[in-house]
Amino acid sequence: MTERLAVDVAIIGGGTAACAAAVALREVGLTVAVLEKRLCGAGASGVNFGGVRQQGRHLDELPLARRARALWDDLNQRLGEDVEFEATGHIKLARSEADMAELERYAERARQHGLELTLLGANAVRDELPWIGPQVVGASLSPSDGQANPRVVGPAYARLARKRGAEIREFAPVHRAISTGAGFETEADGVTVTSRWLVNAAGAGAGVVASWFGERAPVASLMPNMLVTEPLPYFVPRSIGVCGGDVYVRQIRRGNVIFGGGHGWGDAELGLARPHSEESLGGMTRTVDIVPALATAHVIRMWSGLDGEMPDHIPVIGFSSTTRQLVHAFGFSGHGFQLGPVVGLIIAELIADGTTASPIAPFAIGRFAGWTGGTDASHGGIEH
Amino acid sequence: MADRTVVVIGAGPAGLRAAEALVRGGVRPILIDEAERPGGQIYRQPPPGATRPPSALYGLEAKKAIAVHAILARLGEAIDYRPRTLAWNVSAQRLDTLGPKGPDALDFDRLVIASGAMDRVLPFSGWTLPGVFTLGAAQIAVKAQGVSIGRRVAFVGAGPLLPLVVHQYAKAGAEIVAALDVTPFSAKLKNAPAMLAQAATLAKGLWYTLRNALAGVTIRSDVRAIGVEGEGRVRGLWWRDAAGAEHRVACDAVGASFGLKCETQLADLAGCAFTFDAVTRQWVPRRDAAGRSSVEGVYLAGDGAGIGGADVAELQGERVALTVLEDLGKRIDAARVAELDRKLARQARFRGALERAYPYPAHLLDDVADSEIVCRCEGITAGTLRAAASARDAHEMNRLKAFTRIGMGRCQGRVCGLAAAEVLSRTLGKEVAAVGRLRGNPPVKPIPVGGFP
Amino acid sequence: MNPALQSGLFHRLVPRDGASIPFTIDGAPAEAREGDLLLTAILLHRAALRRFEFGDGNRAGFCLMAACQDCWVSLADGRRLRACTTRIEPGMAVVIDGAARG
Repeated sequence: MTERLAVDVAIIGGGTAACAAAVALREVGLTVAVLEKRLCGAGASGVNFGGVRQQGRHLDELPLARRARALWDDLNQRLGEDVEFEATGHIKLARSEADMAELERYAERARQHGLELTLLGANAVRDELPWIGPQVVGASLSPSDGQANPRVVGPAYARLARKRGAEIREFAPVHRAISTGAGFETEADGVTVTSRWLVNAAGAGAGVVASWFGERAPVASLMPNMLVTEPLPYFVPRSIGVCGGDVYVRQIRRGNVIFGGGHGWGDAELGLARPHSEESLGGMTRTVDIVPALATAHVIRMWSGLDGEMPDHIPVIGFSSTTRQLVHAFGFSGHGFQLGPVVGLIIAELIADGTTASPIAPFAIGRFAGWTGGTDASHGGIEH
Repeated sequence: MADRTVVVIGAGPAGLRAAEALVRGGVRPILIDEAERPGGQIYRQPPPGATRPPSALYGLEAKKAIAVHAILARLGEAIDYRPRTLAWNVSAQRLDTLGPKGPDALDFDRLVIASGAMDRVLPFSGWTLPGVFTLGAAQIAVKAQGVSIGRRVAFVGAGPLLPLVVHQYAKAGAEIVAALDVTPFSAKLKNAPAMLAQAATLAKGLWYTLRNALAGVTIRSDVRAIGVEGEGRVRGLWWRDAAGAEHRVACDAVGASFGLKCETQLADLAGCAFTFDAVTRQWVPRRDAAGRSSVEGVYLAGDGAGIGGADVAELQGERVALTVLEDLGKRIDAARVAELDRKLARQARFRGALERAYPYPAHLLDDVADSEIVCRCEGITAGTLRAAASARDAHEMNRLKAFTRIGMGRCQGRVCGLAAAEVLSRTLGKEVAAVGRLRGNPPVKPIPVGGFP
Repeated sequence: MNPALQSGLFHRLVPRDGASIPFTIDGAPAEAREGDLLLTAILLHRAALRRFEFGDGNRAGFCLMAACQDCWVSLADGRRLRACTTRIEPGMAVVIDGAARG
């Protein structure tokens, strides 16, 4: 028998942003239902690299990332869960003079957004990371960035949302949502929800949801390929990225080194994302170039996860351009983990206040209204 | 038309018989095996320098071992044999391997997975102390290396491996201070008639028990709880019998395991559908009588998809090869297929009785202390699992993994997965099948970041 | 040294007449025989193969069939080897007790 729910806000998708929105909406007294096709926080929210990074972001994203960063400091207390956030700093490496020039340009512009980056020359990088590979000529350090455990953040938000009274339905893939004039009717496995508001936070599936409301949103499937080593003595004190995004490395306090390389494979329709052997081997080789000490360590697991990627690599956040009281938040293009908590707040602000303090104009879905290309999956580096 | 690529993984009795039958059918298979020498675990050959006569290594099974080992020599260049090679991932029609020459990838048309089994273990007090090994490990130590795992050794088991290992240690002159069977004796009596259907194997079991008795070792049945004591290494073993009495014995090594567990990682990565086997309480990849998995082009033989033992593995290996040949459009001997199916059906009846006679001792998991380590790779305790289940809504195995790291260590859950599921199911008050199973990830075993060492 | 490491765990039942193979454990000279696995060679002299990373105590292997991954051993040259599937080689410098390294 199909359950029927009537709420103020229905949210399609149960990732971190969706569940954080559910918490915030409950806190302003609105009723909420979250419809998740599998388990909350188990998609891109849960299987990403775990970078909590401002550095290197598209400048339009920086204001959001700055606001998000402030939330991370208190997240343990807010969620009642140790999310293992540590401000280890994020260091972005240059492997050529051209890379270094790019880092210098970025640092200049980031400063205008209040993000202080420290440029390091070849020697200064080696003071930080004495074991770094020979091709590294310099770096940019963002001391306030860090890392956290992605497996626990989304589920913790989901638990908090449920505690605050949100209706969370897992294994409830949504088949259809329609505007009824007064609001929306959303049909999922086992449950039909009527709501005044609808949030499209469906990740890789969000393009389909948008199309139900006559909106173009070219969402490609993005499946980052990630690996983790056996536990090693702690020696990587910073989260590491490179210009070009083809290497990213961090070590957790338990000792495992997590790194990425290339793209996985899978099927967005089935929600399937698997690591890709060839890509893994490539990532292993590139990572050893940067961290030679890893050569004798062993990879014990590889995985991938499914995210949605926009052609311009920045998300869609904001009101629908066709349908009143429909809010979009998707297409985080591989770097949504850090933003999740703040996007939740923004969604709630849009619904409760009709506006948000964060500058979200660059993320309007309308930018794809005349889009004639297909989806545009990237094949190169992925900055997490 | 050139033969298409047929790959067999595992050079134990199933894989070797499969390779042999494929050659007979006109195919030159690639045979991939992690070990240096063929034989699998049951007919494992010692490294050069440690060899001994087959009768000393394999006892009553010597003739079979010799026959299985001889397959490879006989086939020679008719197969492409790749020892010391790990198959670490399979996706679609691609198999990733790591051998002495480094990583390689094979595009296959047909894949026969004969990945075998390992000891099934469960946590008990002190089980991670140096000096506690599986029964299989104890057996390998004496067979492949001519060493005992200690000077005063105790054994604990829940299957036919127990009397065999006790016999092998007694014969080699080791001092055995205790041999404990944690399954109830009544289960054995109840299933004796069906086991008689396979009289030869049963006689072997009786023979070992008798020999053990002559060697002064009595196997105590119906043991209800066990624990190992010691600081830094094993100093003793205690157990509680059916009457509730506690016993202690001093020892410096313990061999303990509780039946066998299928090695299913490759089948999982290949996308094979799994079913829960309620008798042995484990998830196994589904296969039909002809050895086909749920994935086209992927076949399963031997203990990797259901524990049948070495004799069954040999039969299944040949049976699966005939299926592969048939699927490749080759003519096969229908009479031989019928004969193999008859033999396999007979073995299955016996096996069913054997499994009921040695039920998985899930009762040992009823009161595992919160402080006890379940995942020996990462040191995750039963208490951590229970807390995640009750306070963090971990209601199935992959959630439990995400929250607690269970199954995220070097072994990727092959040691702790089934035991963790038992702990989770008890905490939630659900059937163990309802909490699911850990999803497999590559690599099947650890691979070096910087290529082959 | 950790007292639990001082005497061997394994006991040779079948005499081995192959060549003697010299190696070291935490810098101390040791002897193995041709045909010994790295695991056997170490456990004939010591009661552990490695330290446990996440708590007190040591590990000495468990399944001996390359399944449990409990027996990964470090050599002084940085190599990491699964001791139950690796044959002992002359000159291997096994590091069990990190403190004894170098």
